[in-house]
Amino acid sequence: MLNFFEKTGAYALYYVNEAGRMGIFLLNSIMSVVKPPYKIYPIIRQTYIIGTLSIFVILFTGVFTGMVLGLQGYHTLNKFGAEGLLGSAVALSLIRELGPVLAALMVTGRAGSAICAEIGVMRNSEQIDALECMAIDPHKYIMAPKFVAGIISMPLLTAIFDVTGILGGYMVGVGMLGANRGTYFASMYKDVEFNDIYMGLIKSLCFGILIIWICSSKGYFVHLSRGGGFGAEGVSRVTTNAVVLSSVSILLFDFFLTSVLL
Amino acid sequence: MKEKAVVQMVDVRKSYGSQEVLKGVNLSIIEGKTTVIVGGSGQGKSQIIKHILGLIRPDSGSVIVYGRDISNISKKELKKIRTNFGVLFQNAALFDSMTVFDNVALPLRERTKMSEHEIKKIVSEKLVMMDVEGTNEKYPAQLSGGMRKRVGLARALVLDPKIIFFDEPTTGLDVKKSNEIYRVFSKTQKDLGYTAVIVSHDVPKIFNLADYVALLYNGVVQGRGPSGENQLSDSPMTPEEFQLSDNPIIKEFVETTMGPLYLSEMEV
Repeated sequence: MLNFFEKTGAYALYYVNEAGRMGIFLLNSIMSVVKPPYKIYPIIRQTYIIGTLSIFVILFTGVFTGMVLGLQGYHTLNKFGAEGLLGSAVALSLIRELGPVLAALMVTGRAGSAICAEIGVMRNSEQIDALECMAIDPHKYIMAPKFVAGIISMPLLTAIFDVTGILGGYMVGVGMLGANRGTYFASMYKDVEFNDIYMGLIKSLCFGILIIWICSSKGYFVHLSRGGGFGAEGVSRVTTNAVVLSSVSILLFDFFLTSVLL
Repeated sequence: MKEKAVVQMVDVRKSYGSQEVLKGVNLSIIEGKTTVIVGGSGQGKSQIIKHILGLIRPDSGSVIVYGRDISNISKKELKKIRTNFGVLFQNAALFDSMTVFDNVALPLRERTKMSEHEIKKIVSEKLVMMDVEGTNEKYPAQLSGGMRKRVGLARALVLDPKIIFFDEPTTGLDVKKSNEIYRVFSKTQKDLGYTAVIVSHDVPKIFNLADYVALLYNGVVQGRGPSGENQLSDSPMTPEEFQLSDNPIIKEFVETTMGPLYLSEMEV
């Protein structure tokens, strides 16, 4: 019984510690983004890695998500004779919910895992210690460009996801199932408001910060992770944890953001 | 001329969970001299360097660098003190995604406002000094272990720091490559006159480079006295004093052909 309480206490202490570490890490990273000097090249490079290299997977998932929405939406709306609302149903689903969430999940899998592994390896091979010893702030040098790149990339990737999703829905709804082309776009123009786009934009910005924060900090503190974070196994374990935690956090934050923004 | 201690560790203690690694370390690093820290595996030699670099904070005690106790100072002040340091890590800690040139140029680009032309000149000089010229465009993975260490040393020296730390500089190298590292070290130390702190297993060879020797055993730096009391922080031992010491731990170390220390059965 005592053993159970000891273990529970140890778990609780570990997670409180980790939450504190991650909180301070986020603050330091935000400070390093705001504080000069500002170097453009590292930001462009990270935007390429996080954003540009994710475009293909975003296009692919975006178009298929739109196609499924078109397919499901058409058959459901058809039951009520409301297939004319297909365009707005697809667009609203994508812009308000699916676009930001699915794009964030894709970026977590593709870029977030890479960020965590990269920083974890840097920690294990003493590269981060080397930076500190050279009086170079690791937050400024490594984390700041990634945060800025995440903030730039996520809204753009979400916009690409939304547009390709709408086109996917059009391909299935209009091209395959015979919904009216004019009605598809007209209902979209009529029902999608600026507030919907604003909600999607805010969500994608928050998810961008969330992904970079969780994945970077997990890699940065790999040596303090439970069960030991050294070696290839340690890095792979924290990378998995980072992807799982990021994905869960995206869904959790999505609910809270929707509650606040609706 | 009186020798000046640039680093002093006073009764430094550090524990990880229930394991106490450093149990009251007292150590002085003398300006312009080479201090070698020896001891068995897992005794905490690298911990001493990490404490001086401010990468680890002690549980108690003081680490005084250039008159400032760094065990309790702000990140900003610590960063300022670190501008005096250069470090050659055990595995060189080069950035894998950067070329040799970019690795060595990094401190110049991040910490100075030099033009690329000036940076190129300085980096080239350091690479020549280390006998690794012509590797500018190579990546660390394309270099041998010895070359990586020399590039690491070039990076450590590029801003002409006052103190350079060498964490196991010859680990993983064969005799020939180890000798190359020692040759480069002797040459640069003589030319530039920096203070050196070397953590090494390579005994007795490393003693040829040492001005002072400190033996870390059972979490303390062994003193010169017959009862093995801790060394006073202002009295480091020369290699000669070390070899003639009455301390039974040091005697045992010297007698076992001055090889790596495995004295687990002995009591301090």
